[in-house]
Amino acid sequence: MKLIIAIIKPFKLEEVREALTQIGVQGLVVTEGKGFGRQSGHTEVYRGAEYAVTFVPKLKLELVVDDALVTQATEVIAASAKTGRIGDGKIFVLPVESAIRIRTGELGEAAL
Amino acid sequence: MTRARSKKFNFPIGTELMKFTLFFGGALAASMLALPAFAQDASSAIPAGSVFVFNTLLFLIGGFLVMWMAAGFAMLEAGLVRTKNVSMQCTKNIALFSLAAIMFTLVGYNVLYPGDGNWLVENWVGNPSPKDIKLLDAEGNPTVSAGDGYSSGSDFIFQLMFCAATASIVSGTLAERIKLWPFMIFTAALTGLIYPIVASWQWGGGVLSQAGFSDFAGSTLVHSCGGWAALAGAILLGARSGKFKNGQVYPMPGSSMPLATLGTFILWLGWFGFNGGSQLALGSVSDADAVSQIFANTNIAASGGALAAMALTQILFRKVDLTMVLNGALAGLVSITAEPLAPTMIESMLIGAVGGVIVVFTVPLLDRLRIDDVVGAIPVHLFAGIWGTIAVAFNTQTEISEGVSRTVSEQVMVQLYGIGLVGLFTFGASFVLWLILKGIVGIRVSEEDEYIGLDAAEIGIEAYPEFGKGSQSL
Repeated sequence: MKLIIAIIKPFKLEEVREALTQIGVQGLVVTEGKGFGRQSGHTEVYRGAEYAVTFVPKLKLELVVDDALVTQATEVIAASAKTGRIGDGKIFVLPVESAIRIRTGELGEAAL
Repeated sequence: MTRARSKKFNFPIGTELMKFTLFFGGALAASMLALPAFAQDASSAIPAGSVFVFNTLLFLIGGFLVMWMAAGFAMLEAGLVRTKNVSMQCTKNIALFSLAAIMFTLVGYNVLYPGDGNWLVENWVGNPSPKDIKLLDAEGNPTVSAGDGYSSGSDFIFQLMFCAATASIVSGTLAERIKLWPFMIFTAALTGLIYPIVASWQWGGGVLSQAGFSDFAGSTLVHSCGGWAALAGAILLGARSGKFKNGQVYPMPGSSMPLATLGTFILWLGWFGFNGGSQLALGSVSDADAVSQIFANTNIAASGGALAAMALTQILFRKVDLTMVLNGALAGLVSITAEPLAPTMIESMLIGAVGGVIVVFTVPLLDRLRIDDVVGAIPVHLFAGIWGTIAVAFNTQTEISEGVSRTVSEQVMVQLYGIGLVGLFTFGASFVLWLILKGIVGIRVSEEDEYIGLDAAEIGIEAYPEFGKGSQSL
């Protein structure tokens, strides 16, 4: 099992979710967040005063998948979240030791 | 007692009718009695009782429309401060409105209208005394005559609302960092003395009216007066912490653009009473025409101001700035307030548009001067008020003697004299008062209170406990 953490542009969420459900991913968690990377913010003007927006709004997706599905999952996330412009985000893959479904007590990949 | 708010007020029926000094038990009796008097007057003559009723109606409608501007100020300010200060801003607005009513009754009204010889200092300061009104005698009959032109209660309520509007201007500029009670003390002085003294120079028949100054509904007397008081306070109070550091301006975006927009529309509505009611009479065809012209001019001046600000922010800042568009509409309204009757509608639109341009350039100017005006009240009310007062000279030149009027440039000088005098006195008196308050009780909240917000620090009522960083949110 692997944990996939993907940082994406907020408006791409629906496309990514659809792409993941089509390859059989059965669940994920989304968190709204802010951060900076190479995109490193931009400037806005409020009442004539320019100011820097240093943290850009992003979404963090977390999903745990079978080892067999990892490559395909990261590929569809990358494909569906891509705009080709700076700030498209990143994908990280981490190992997962165990998983438990609370309702039934199932363990491991059966719990996913 | 004579109570000419401005020299324009003419009792429309003429003096011959005044001699009758009708006491009317009912409107019917009044109009029947009045009829013979009109036989000798023009064919468009209107019965005295009806004139009295129509004039009073204009004051009452104008009065409650200007009262509603208090709601406009409250919503505009609530929308332009941050969420942690919204309850406090609402508190200040209802408090200052109530306090203005009490101070104006206790001293302000009689300072503003010294009438014949009730000056403390001739033509400069009226005699402060309470104004009390009881319009019906023990039998329920009116205590005035139709010849008085309007019911004195309606006049009182109309004038009071202008006083309250002046105080509303100050609260927006000083938001988010001023202590509640010192602000209340200042408001008491502003509504009881400073504003009434300034307004008496013109509307009470004092020095400015004798100099030939012209300010129809109060671009200088109301709006600039509030603006000067706000400017003095803002200088002594200092900017909100974090607004200016390292030579840079850090904007603090307002909490609610819908509230700010609603507030602006409410003010726009109220302005029909502010300017229209300042015609002071509705009892003749010419007065009805004048009020209608004022409505049309007032409306298009606001439109001009809003669109000028919209176009200019798009060009200068690459995006339209809604808060500036709102300020632009208000600046258009302030600009036309000094003379909403004489210009044509196209001229009014241009006068208002210049007001909108002034806002877009002077909001960043105040930032460069490190003066923190939270809602833009100084550009809107002071700077656009000065412009509107000068613009009067192009349409209205007052008489020097019988049949001889000033030239445009002479009138500009008189207007500048009025602007300067009001500025000098209001800014000076306000500055001294703020300074005294700062020395004795302090006018600024602690840095920690400012950080947690005045809602939690000073009144303990959050505006949005379940949203954002409110104490009841997750």
